Amino acid sequence: MAGKKVGVLALQGDVSEHIRAFEEALGGAGAVVPVRSPADLAGCDALAIPGGESTTISRLIDESGLREAILSFEGGIFATCAGMVLVATGISDTRFAPLGLVDIAVDRNAFGRQRDSFEADLPVKGLEAPFHAVFIRAPLAVRAGQGVEVLATVPQGIVAVRQGKHIVLSFHPELGGDLRLHRMFLAGL
Amino acid sequence: MKLEELRYGTELLKRGFASMQKGGVIMDVVNAEQARIAEEAGAVAVMALERVPADIRKAGGVARMADPEKVLEIIDAVSIPVMGKVRIGHFVEAQVLEAIGVDMIDESEVLTPADEEYHIDKTQFTVPFVCGARNLGEAMRRINEGAAMIRTKGEAGTGNVVEAVRHMRAIQGEIRQIVGMDEQELRARARAIEAPYEILAETAKRGRLPVVNFSAGGIATPSDAALMMQMGADGVFVGSGIFKSSNPEKMAKAVVEAVHHYTDAKLIAEVSRGIGDPMKGLDVHELKDEERLQERGW
Repeated sequence: MAGKKVGVLALQGDVSEHIRAFEEALGGAGAVVPVRSPADLAGCDALAIPGGESTTISRLIDESGLREAILSFEGGIFATCAGMVLVATGISDTRFAPLGLVDIAVDRNAFGRQRDSFEADLPVKGLEAPFHAVFIRAPLAVRAGQGVEVLATVPQGIVAVRQGKHIVLSFHPELGGDLRLHRMFLAGL
Repeated sequence: MKLEELRYGTELLKRGFASMQKGGVIMDVVNAEQARIAEEAGAVAVMALERVPADIRKAGGVARMADPEKVLEIIDAVSIPVMGKVRIGHFVEAQVLEAIGVDMIDESEVLTPADEEYHIDKTQFTVPFVCGARNLGEAMRRINEGAAMIRTKGEAGTGNVVEAVRHMRAIQGEIRQIVGMDEQELRARARAIEAPYEILAETAKRGRLPVVNFSAGGIATPSDAALMMQMGADGVFVGSGIFKSSNPEKMAKAVVEAVHHYTDAKLIAEVSRGIGDPMKGLDVHELKDEERLQERGW
């Protein structure tokens, strides 16, 4: 994973937390850059799509001309929470059109309101010990297509998947201080 | 995963929720229609109210939590988070808003305080709180009580950004002063500004507040919003500024654009063109002392 350049979509949401987590996961052997325009994405090996408000981020992706750039991006995508909604092929409401990069159908705010947000120790395929996962008004994948590997589930549905180089999570690995999923993602680039 | 081991309402979940709002605009709304306009314009959350602050000023009397019926109507209208205001110290109003599903509670000086000595013990709640502050001491005390987000107070309902600027400068300046202080100096400063030492030390170490810091109170134009962002706000609350302007849809979209591109003067110029009249506004120097909402809370 040495020398990888990771872009973090810096339109809205917990951008600085993602930047910090990837800097730590790379351990100085690479670079992390904020992505606000198509030019910023050039030369990146990966793109992280952070948590935030998916409706807001989706509008900004369109306004900044990033939709086309992300659709033709050949690197890996690390999508968390709002990011999961944005990369899906299908979503439960019609407020915006998702990017359709990962073949999953997603329910927004699937667990309820903020009072229903939770932390849990989650077994994840490929990790020896459970991952301490932070779910904040989190989405849920209700369907995963062929070619999508399910990495973790909760009783309500799917919360982590991998498709090729992409890793998609309904929780926030950038908040808990555990970087194993970041490292798994970097190793797969 | 064992369901009985799920943890709710932790500090990480509360502060994490606040982090998801960063770079966004939170708009005051008084009904479902306004909430939809705010969501459509790209607001990251709405603040459900009975009246916007400008009308609270006009109405006078005791300003309280909104009717739950009204808040629920707004909750049903949008998919973005819904916040609600409670009176300073009125923990039962907070319990009520938590019970109906409000995502974040604003313990706000815009309403009439219910307790002149104590703010709400916010650690007792599952949902996160945002609180106002004019200076670093106030911010530290609110964080110590469990606030997951600070908003500089400004002077709500005036459409005059001068107090928002004053409070943001005060907090940023005080943080710059403590960065680099040794332990003895920090302890002395903590005593002087009545701040808990541990939180002040953490702030000095990070060079910023340990929670998200939004700006509020008097933001009325796209340029006002971008001004607060350039001064270091993580996002903005716009109260009366949207729905007291002559063209709320246009103003809402323009403020959101200005916040997202706060260093792009050309774009701010573009979105500000022909935007209609902003809210009329008040000169804060003409307010009587008892009309200054920022003096509430301590």
